[in-house]
Amino acid sequence: MAEHTEPVPTVIADEVDIVYRVNGTGSGRGSATAALNRILRRGKAEKAAGVRRVHAVKKVSFVAYKGEAIGLIGTNGSGKSTLLKAVAGLLPVESGRIYTDGQPSLLGVNAALMNDLTGERNVHLGGLAMGMSREEIKSRYQEIVDFSGINEKGDFITLPMRTYSSGMAARLRFSIAAAKNHDVLLIDEALATGDRKFQQRSEERIRELRKEAGTVFLVSHNNKSIRDTCERVLWLERGELRMDGPTEEVLEAYEAFTGGAGKRPRK
Amino acid sequence: MSQVLHAPPPAPAEDDLAALAARHGLSVSGARPSLPEYVRQLWARRHFINAFATAKLTAQYSEAKLGQVWQVATPLLNAAVYYFVFGILLGTSRGVADYVPFLVTGVFVWTFTQNSIMSGTRAISGNLGLVRALHFPRAALPVSFALQQLQQLLFSMAALVLILLGFGMTPGVSWVLVLPVLALQFVFNAGVSMVMARMGAKTPDIAQLMPFVLRTWMYVSGVMWSIDRTLTRSDVPHVVKVLLESNPAAVYIDLMRFALIDSFKAHQLPHHVWALALGWALLAGVGGFIYFWKAEETYGRG
Repeated sequence: MAEHTEPVPTVIADEVDIVYRVNGTGSGRGSATAALNRILRRGKAEKAAGVRRVHAVKKVSFVAYKGEAIGLIGTNGSGKSTLLKAVAGLLPVESGRIYTDGQPSLLGVNAALMNDLTGERNVHLGGLAMGMSREEIKSRYQEIVDFSGINEKGDFITLPMRTYSSGMAARLRFSIAAAKNHDVLLIDEALATGDRKFQQRSEERIRELRKEAGTVFLVSHNNKSIRDTCERVLWLERGELRMDGPTEEVLEAYEAFTGGAGKRPRK
Repeated sequence: MSQVLHAPPPAPAEDDLAALAARHGLSVSGARPSLPEYVRQLWARRHFINAFATAKLTAQYSEAKLGQVWQVATPLLNAAVYYFVFGILLGTSRGVADYVPFLVTGVFVWTFTQNSIMSGTRAISGNLGLVRALHFPRAALPVSFALQQLQQLLFSMAALVLILLGFGMTPGVSWVLVLPVLALQFVFNAGVSMVMARMGAKTPDIAQLMPFVLRTWMYVSGVMWSIDRTLTRSDVPHVVKVLLESNPAAVYIDLMRFALIDSFKAHQLPHHVWALALGWALLAGVGGFIYFWKAEETYGRG
């Protein structure tokens, strides 16, 4: 294979800025008048009126190619999850553009599931919410339940999810989310659920998904799982892209940064 | 593919990126689809819409001891309260034939519209987690909530049939009219829900305001009194009566009464009532859908 074949890009971020606006952060005093002010003088007095702008991601550019597994690292609140959501098209960008090949999907269905319903109905509901067809869900149902291991200790799948232990619920959620194949897969710290046995099973499943997917993004604070799964790493800090390179190189710098109390910013 | 791919690209210049994206046919993430494409996507999610509505409905009473019995008991209790206040205490029932069926029909039909609009207002703002986690046409949410209310109304209708039979109504051919009325009212409700969902997504405060708007709307819509009878006798200008009678809630309520109650005759309906029912449904349904779609890409912003 010629080395100069142009790699196929699957996700391109072009100078992406993401800003959250948060209502009701007035300093406490006079927040009611501030609210009125906000409504009357839309736009103009946003800051004065207690709308805080949180600039979560600043001018981030990168190109992800087919076949890559990319880790996203950074301290808490550095904008990793926000960036993933924007790549998935779930959060609008303030400026800049994100181009994608097909529809990237976030691995997670938690929000669509209902605690008052049985595990069985949640499998159906979650599958439909992710855009699977009814036939697809029917054919995968047993696989999902077996993978979650919910029924290992009795017939729990026909009980409401609120009766599950938190570990069981997390396992079922992961199993539902991982049931679908994706072109571009975004994983937000999904590996940390369940007991050790289940974690190994999920890591295996993620590797499988990676084979089927074009590109995988993985957000994690666990440097080991990043080393195990990714060959390239993006390091975000305070919303800015600080480093983009091979896993070892970036992780070394990151570990020095977090270990050395933020003393030696490289670059 | 070889693994030589990742000598990490030294962040190319910005116009390069746009050109690179264009060369490989990548599309902008989170861009609003065209209207026909949006309709297609929404249709493809019909099973989700239905499953979500049913799930919400079932989850509602799952912790109650009586469980799903509340689906029927809640509307019945509501009707009982209104009967006590308006039928007995205030005597609104005077001169209205078959007052109990008249009142209960009104309350149930109105509740359908009221709850659809109320839950529509919170459809996006109350489900941000879902909007920010999964990709689907957002109109699925307000439509799904309206559908949940329709399912709820079908339970109420079962209770209503019992009440009607208990008060000596005889099932007739006109009962079939219930179906087109429900269909039109559903389209109307879903449309208004979508309008409210977009407004509520931008300004969540609207959800605090809506109960007052809706209560006012209820009192002018003849839910517990007869617009026709009350205003014909008083010296209210004719135009007011026409306006009150053509308001969509009154139109759907009166049509339902006409369909179900023997003593509610055609002359009590406003002129061109079916045209009004259809017109309101189309106006709200189509207009609401387009209005909602126009902001599709902004839902979920913090």
